[in-house]
Amino acid sequence: MSEILIEERKIVVPGEVLAIGLDYVPGENTYREEDKIFSKVLGLAAVSGRVIKITSLAGPYMPTVGDKIIGRITDIAFSGWRVDTNTAYSAMLNVKDATTRFIKKEEDLSKILAIDDYIIVDIINVTSQRLIDVSMRELGLKKIQGGRIIEINSQKVPRVIGKKASMITLIKEKTGCEITVGQNGLIWILGSPEGEAAAERAIKMIEEKSHLSGLTEQVEAFLRGGR
Amino acid sequence: MVYKQRLDGRKGDELRPMEAKTKVIPNAQGSASFKIGKTWAIAAVYGPREIYPKFLANPKRGILRCYYNMMPFSGSGERIRPGSNRRSQEIAMVMTKALEPVVDLSQYPNSVVDVFVELPQTDAGTRCAAISAAAMALADAGIPMKDLVSSVAVGMADDKIIADLTYKEEHIYEFNPESLNAVVSDIPLAMIHNTKELTLLQMDGEITKEDLLKALELGQKAIEKVYAVQVKALKENFIEESK
Repeated sequence: MSEILIEERKIVVPGEVLAIGLDYVPGENTYREEDKIFSKVLGLAAVSGRVIKITSLAGPYMPTVGDKIIGRITDIAFSGWRVDTNTAYSAMLNVKDATTRFIKKEEDLSKILAIDDYIIVDIINVTSQRLIDVSMRELGLKKIQGGRIIEINSQKVPRVIGKKASMITLIKEKTGCEITVGQNGLIWILGSPEGEAAAERAIKMIEEKSHLSGLTEQVEAFLRGGR
Repeated sequence: MVYKQRLDGRKGDELRPMEAKTKVIPNAQGSASFKIGKTWAIAAVYGPREIYPKFLANPKRGILRCYYNMMPFSGSGERIRPGSNRRSQEIAMVMTKALEPVVDLSQYPNSVVDVFVELPQTDAGTRCAAISAAAMALADAGIPMKDLVSSVAVGMADDKIIADLTYKEEHIYEFNPESLNAVVSDIPLAMIHNTKELTLLQMDGEITKEDLLKALELGQKAIEKVYAVQVKALKENFIEESK
């Protein structure tokens, strides 16, 4: 006989018992010990069928292949650049992944990307030791020029983007800004000074209230009232 | 002479009033403040981040690194020499060992999670307050943890087993003229909530085996009270706002 001890969207702390019995399966951020399932993080519980998982409310970004992130050049090596990814691990951007144009052997790499330049990149490879390779060869990946970069908790990124990008589209429309959200929590906003400030405030508001529902309406009201 | 009534009028198993809060330091990934009586600990967690010096890196898992610091004005008012010393280094080490069993950094090789604990005000039980605050700050930072660790001290002052000693009780022979030859012991404990495993067990002073067992039993109950305060503080931030 299995018993579930939590409700949907209830806040749990690490070590809290979520369910007793073998009928339930431990999902993301949970673990099983004997017949009990425990939470591993502070977060919101979610039950889908037999799987219990916890949506973390904070926590570090885990580099994943295919993610679009915003990084900063920290060093220039022989055949590429070292990129700070806003995590414990830096990434490597190889020359051949940086541009489609032919680069001569003796060319000065700092002319293409200098130290402290911000870039939008895709993660193309992550090893078990978290060595990361990134690429700039896809559409929309480029060096960042102008605008501002803000940082939010990476766990809140899905909320900022919204379902089918609804939230981010709303902010873009209302503020007239171009916004790029990196999965690592860095966000690039480019637009008029007022628009940028409004977008930044809206995003910070989403970060603060991410665990609440009905956020899109709140953000809409906020952006309408702000101008 | 038996210690009939505690100096601050508490019952033997009663803890000092506790107050806990998370998200007290916006710059940190996670933070917490934990007050028990006059003792006050503030913990801030940074990371996982790149580890320096590099030779400390462990390619199998991330490491946990604690810092403990009493502020210069934190004690009785006598200025303490600031900075690290033998005592604070030892306490930082026992804190790390108390927290390590629950923190799961297997997904973050070669990185470090730094826990900084500052004590603006102290009145005994600082390592316990520091561990309780650090556990909350780690949970607040979203670091994967098997469980929470709660900590409190128990001990004996003049033949009586009591929980959560103050500085005056640890030095009862100085403050109570009737207890000049009192036997005093101070036993800081830290426990993992679910498994009831002790991750910190130290002792100052003397105690008999029978009394130690009784003290540990009392400690377990006292730690449950600390745990309740920790859980409430962690959840509070989110529940209040949703109303």
